[in-house]
Amino acid sequence: MGLARKDLLGMKDVSAEEITLILDTAESFIEVSSREIKKVPTLRGKTIINLFYEASTRTRTSFEIAGKRLSADTINISAATSSVVKGETLIDTARNLEAMNPDIIVIRHSVSGTPHLLARLVRQSIINAGDGTHEHPTQALLDMMTIRSRLGTLKDVEVAIVGDIAHSRVARSNIYGLRKMGAKVTVAGPATMMPRDVGAFGVRVCDTLEEAVRGKDVIMMLRIQKERQHSHLFPSLREYSARFCLTGESLALAAKDVLVMHPGPINRGVEIAPDIADGPQSVILEQVTNGVAVRMAILYLLGGGMP
Amino acid sequence: MDRPKVVMDAEGIDRSLSRIAYEILEKNKGIEDLVLIGIRTGGIYLAERLRKKIAAIEGKEPPLGILDITLYRDDLLITKKKPALGRTDIPFPLDGKKVVLVDDVLFTGRTIRAAMDALIDFGRPKMIQLAVLIDRGHRELPIRADFVGKNLPSSLWENVTVHLTEKTGRDEVVIEREG
Repeated sequence: MGLARKDLLGMKDVSAEEITLILDTAESFIEVSSREIKKVPTLRGKTIINLFYEASTRTRTSFEIAGKRLSADTINISAATSSVVKGETLIDTARNLEAMNPDIIVIRHSVSGTPHLLARLVRQSIINAGDGTHEHPTQALLDMMTIRSRLGTLKDVEVAIVGDIAHSRVARSNIYGLRKMGAKVTVAGPATMMPRDVGAFGVRVCDTLEEAVRGKDVIMMLRIQKERQHSHLFPSLREYSARFCLTGESLALAAKDVLVMHPGPINRGVEIAPDIADGPQSVILEQVTNGVAVRMAILYLLGGGMP
Repeated sequence: MDRPKVVMDAEGIDRSLSRIAYEILEKNKGIEDLVLIGIRTGGIYLAERLRKKIAAIEGKEPPLGILDITLYRDDLLITKKKPALGRTDIPFPLDGKKVVLVDDVLFTGRTIRAAMDALIDFGRPKMIQLAVLIDRGHRELPIRADFVGKNLPSSLWENVTVHLTEKTGRDEVVIEREG
């Protein structure tokens, strides 16, 4: 048992067996978070640094809670309050952190590939908490955990991912992971938000929301990421939501017990109607709960054994 | 390598569990505030059997919980690969309860140390007692069992395995030299 790897950088290089191990372990961790004393001594004496160069509520808090519930010491560094503002390079920051001898570094950065660079540079385990438009593996794992716990399996589950596919690390990681687990993935979004080589991902591509969600077991709505749009990819938010906002009407086309997912934060009324986000099909908050368990599982499986 | 030697058969296991069930009731004067906690995985099946036997005697079942001690092991930081984690399920409060921990084999005592630490994270039991099917000696910690099915002198080069119908399809305790 255990993950025979130093880092978790993306779903692209994680095997189906590893995914199953992480999800099985995470399911056992759900119980720890439901106890009155939500703490186990497993990673006592280990140090985890959360190095966040981009804004985050969910992911950072989730990693911090996961580390603390395993008794690790967690330290949060955000770019705005660090020496980054004094002009320190990422590599210098990493070398200095390494010199303080932590065990795991969790990193989020706006530049794709940053965790991979760090993983080659330092001896600590690196966990990718989102790199640019590339990957967000822990989000994909918590999404897969949510689907698996609700539907019992990932095999042959029909999933629609809708929104800005080209700029979404959530979409990319989910496509890699879901495909490995035998799910069938359909993507939809404005043509300007489709990766040019989308066919290479082994997904079905639809032009409209209605076509994409028809008969689906799971609908994953993506956030419109205003911070990653350097040019105008659609005329206005209003026009986008007229075509791609998930409403009761479009939801009715999906399977009867469809799961509605969203990685958060939600732009209410842009990509998902408020009554759908809060409705009976929504598992959005369950995703957040599962996120802590998935991150505990990853910290446990990567964390701190003999090198 | 020597052939595995059967040291306890199905009837032997059943008689031992019957005696332990009576001993638990005698020591605790009935089942008031009594709870059984089986340690994953062999302990779960033995705890379930003890519960049935106790229910047959008293007419009432004590609550049964499942404990996975993996997260409390003392060797996690010195082993490379992490042991598989199972789910703990103790759906009742332990405060003020008389807890009987149930495991298949008592050996070094490290599992029981981990189990006691885990239980105390769930509350403050009135007392913790230990029931095991086999005590094979070689303790590394000052721990002893309150209820023992069979004391089995063994050497460190031997493996003691408890087979249970629920797990491996037959009831049998075997001892064999490590291959």
